[in-house]
Amino acid sequence: MSAIEVEKNRVGETSSACKGNKHNMTTTPGDTQNHDPNPSAAPPGLPIPVSDLEVKYTKIFINNEWHDSSCGRKIPVYNPATGEKICEVEEGDEEDVDKAVKAAKEAFQLGSVWRRMDASDRGRLLNKLADLVERDQLILATMETIDSGKLFLIAYFVDLMAAIKTLRYYGGWSDKIQGRTIPVDGEYFTFTRHEPVGVCGQIIPWNFPLLMFIWKIAPALCCGNTVVIKPAEQTPLTALHMAALMKEAGFPPGVVNVVPGYGSTAGAAIASHMYIDKVAFTGSTEVGKLIKEAAGKSNLKRVTLELGGKNPNIIFADADLDHAVEQAHHGLFFNQGQCCLAGSRIFVEETIYDEFVRKSVERAKRRVLGNPFIPGVDQGPQIDKKQFDKILELIESGRKEGAKLECGGSPWGDKGLFIQPTVFSDVTDEMRIAKEEIFGPVQQIMKFKTLDEVIKRANSTHYGLVAGVFTQNINKALTIASSLQAGTVWVNCYNAMSSQCPFGGFKMSGNGREMGEYGLQEYTEIKTVTIKIPQKNS
Amino acid sequence: MTTTPGDTQNHDPNPSAAPPGLPIPVSDLEVKYTKIFINNEWHDSSCGRKIPVYNPATGEKICEVEEGDEEDVDKAVKAAKEAFQLGSVWRRMDASDRGRLLNKLADLVERDQLILATMETIDSGKLFLIAYFVDLMAAIKTLRYYGGWSDKIQGRTIPVDGEYFTFTRHEPVGVCGQIIPWNFPLLMFIWKIAPALCCGNTVVIKPAEQTPLTALHMAALMKEAGFPPGVVNVVPGYGSTAGAAIASHMYIDKVAFTGSTEVGKLIKEAAGKSNLKRVTLELGGKNPNIIFADADLDHAVEQAHHGLFFNQGQCCLAGSRIFVEETIYDEFVRKSVERAKRRVLGNPFIPGVDQGPQIDKKQFDKILELIESGRKEGAKLECGGSPWGDKGLFIQPTVFSDVTDEMRIAKEEIFGPVQQIMKFKTLDEVIKRANSTHYGLVAGVFTQNINKALTIASSLQAGTVWVNCYNAMSSQCPFGGFKMSGNGREI
Repeated sequence: MSAIEVEKNRVGETSSACKGNKHNMTTTPGDTQNHDPNPSAAPPGLPIPVSDLEVKYTKIFINNEWHDSSCGRKIPVYNPATGEKICEVEEGDEEDVDKAVKAAKEAFQLGSVWRRMDASDRGRLLNKLADLVERDQLILATMETIDSGKLFLIAYFVDLMAAIKTLRYYGGWSDKIQGRTIPVDGEYFTFTRHEPVGVCGQIIPWNFPLLMFIWKIAPALCCGNTVVIKPAEQTPLTALHMAALMKEAGFPPGVVNVVPGYGSTAGAAIASHMYIDKVAFTGSTEVGKLIKEAAGKSNLKRVTLELGGKNPNIIFADADLDHAVEQAHHGLFFNQGQCCLAGSRIFVEETIYDEFVRKSVERAKRRVLGNPFIPGVDQGPQIDKKQFDKILELIESGRKEGAKLECGGSPWGDKGLFIQPTVFSDVTDEMRIAKEEIFGPVQQIMKFKTLDEVIKRANSTHYGLVAGVFTQNINKALTIASSLQAGTVWVNCYNAMSSQCPFGGFKMSGNGREMGEYGLQEYTEIKTVTIKIPQKNS
Repeated sequence: MTTTPGDTQNHDPNPSAAPPGLPIPVSDLEVKYTKIFINNEWHDSSCGRKIPVYNPATGEKICEVEEGDEEDVDKAVKAAKEAFQLGSVWRRMDASDRGRLLNKLADLVERDQLILATMETIDSGKLFLIAYFVDLMAAIKTLRYYGGWSDKIQGRTIPVDGEYFTFTRHEPVGVCGQIIPWNFPLLMFIWKIAPALCCGNTVVIKPAEQTPLTALHMAALMKEAGFPPGVVNVVPGYGSTAGAAIASHMYIDKVAFTGSTEVGKLIKEAAGKSNLKRVTLELGGKNPNIIFADADLDHAVEQAHHGLFFNQGQCCLAGSRIFVEETIYDEFVRKSVERAKRRVLGNPFIPGVDQGPQIDKKQFDKILELIESGRKEGAKLECGGSPWGDKGLFIQPTVFSDVTDEMRIAKEEIFGPVQQIMKFKTLDEVIKRANSTHYGLVAGVFTQNINKALTIASSLQAGTVWVNCYNAMSSQCPFGGFKMSGNGREI
């Protein structure tokens, strides 16, 4: 069936060019692939997106004020589903980063409002911010979809819900970050203080723009740090809206500063800045290496990195097959495959390989592409032309290297950066599609025979972010869970993320952990205080 | 040489200064282990070169050890990686048995305490009394401390949202490259290997080229204790070759370095350029020691003295910026100078000697150059300031008063017996001045006032703050630097 127009699924008024910063693409219907989107797919509680969304905030946010860029340039921001320009935002570079750092440093001075604030009040602010995000949930989800092309349903229920939960989670931690008293040898009394590190530079990606913003600022603020954060140049809009909400919530000036800009200018300035005490980066391994190198060359700032993955998902013959197929499908295709945790190396036990492939292909073919605002659409566009081209190039390499293209493999539609859901079978470990991060809707399915073999093959990569395993057998599950070099292992599930769980990579997938109690360690500096006392008693 | 008497400065050493329980050093110490230790076996170096090892108190050559370079590091990493494979003896060992091994190692160090203390003094020039009672005791305690932790490294179960059950495992990182300095050769060896082994990692460790002897003796003890082959590998070598190979190695999962900030930066850079190995760094310091007028003055003078002159001033935690409240400044300086002049220099084996030689000519020259800069920049040289004796690398205990913050001696790490005393007026002023440095390792404060003490403790950018004491280290206390004094915590 060819693509059809789905007028009947219109959820709003007709499309028109954006006027100024008003943008009413949000409710435009579009073509969809193969199948009608199923209107009943809209779960109860999903509201209608904001029509005529106004982008209010396009400037650099420093000291709770909006600034023009020093260089006078602007970044054009596009809607990847249509290719239309949404608006322009001020382009921050080294000079703007420097201003932001000055503000953040000032806000961190001893005696400042922020340093003197009760920890419980920091928690109160984070909870208040959560309330404001909840209030603006519809605006933010709409904005996120326009800016990044992700499904509105996912933006609203996954990204926004996770953002709100993360704010509340760390809001609860703020007055529970406890030092210890230590039974030291000798006539001394020792205690530790878990102090904030200082000015934190944070650089975030375009695949979960708002959620990554929250993942970065929430633990940092919870521990009492100040922040200079750079959203990705592709997706600055929700971060700037968040800046306004932070001011509204009552965070003091300078505590959070948002500088939109490019990685090679503003990002590099953050990594090398002599007055940034810690840098946290989510993005590619290639850039992560540059950031750690810059930290070494400049001031030994602390570094946490959340980088790429080529994550194994291991399906044993005793697994619930339909469940495994469904989870592996979502584990790869979620967010157009644009996830560092995409399960992009699916190892299937030999005896069920053919059936698994058949069902996976069937499942992929059922995927509906189209306007990410339409309920029932499963897949939106890729983020930009560069990623789009890279994905197609890797698909081509898979074909050439002898993998079997089961479905997809080409662009889709006549506007927007859509790629057909693609499945490769007969993939072998040395193929590029089995080694390189594709970051697109391309599923690789490999075959394995034994437990030892699959452990070895799964670990045979520089990456080590996450892994999945599907089996009913407890010994297989726990052997895999303890043997895989991965920061997270999912058993009979995939993408099961939650604020309470530490997240981060082994090997070249990262340094440090975010989320959970473990995430707090990355934003505190331990101080040991030892006091001479006349006499010790136990 | 070990028991040879020598000249001493100014005063006769007081023989009654030898505390009860200090044994006589080993005479005719035999250095048995001079090779590269990989897979529990001794190897010649790949390049065929050797490192000459000198006694800094006499300038005499003690022996030569095999010089490891990139190729030897690579062999050692292969062994460590093999020992860390899933299913290996080490990976399958009960955590309690790892603890048992560390405790057994502590027993062996205790058995060889006299040999190791003697060796440490010959090799590094540190006082035998200190080597025996401080370095060795701390090493033994650290081994037992981490021996106790090994089967108590617990993951958690986590109340995750949704229909899931989540637990965490705290797994070993893998192959750890460790690079240690010459000022506490044995103790730094233990600080590095004990937590690494406690958690189940494997190790490739490079002792400093100046002081490889106790590390090689420890290698033999580790084999004797029963650590499986490949778990700990010791590669003596130079920083620019073997050290650089560790920092850049693609199969080293974590690097831990203790040394200068300059080299620490290179190590973190190399980790970024190679494989994003995890990095911990313990680096330099220019540590403030703040003396308020209400402090017990004699106690403060004594603690500040030892806080600087301990181990010939060769400590990253030396209290080398002493801020004294204006009203007691002159008296503090007078008493500090008096105290420094009482210091006895000489053969580090003789009881009653307070100060041995500096480690090598390079450090010796650097210290004298910095002393000269202090003079030129207008600080008042109260005592010392020159070399001492006709052999060995001794420097007179040196005290500068009227030191101001912009002088080089107030900003640069001297790593020698040179004490800087500055004046301050107010609490806010001294906090600001104390924090006005890229370093942030440790700090001291002397006061009887609880508000001053706790204000300083919370305001100073330093990984450790001592109140009414200095150098009070213990295995139970985390140690590490803020800012450019380091990344991460040890102990």
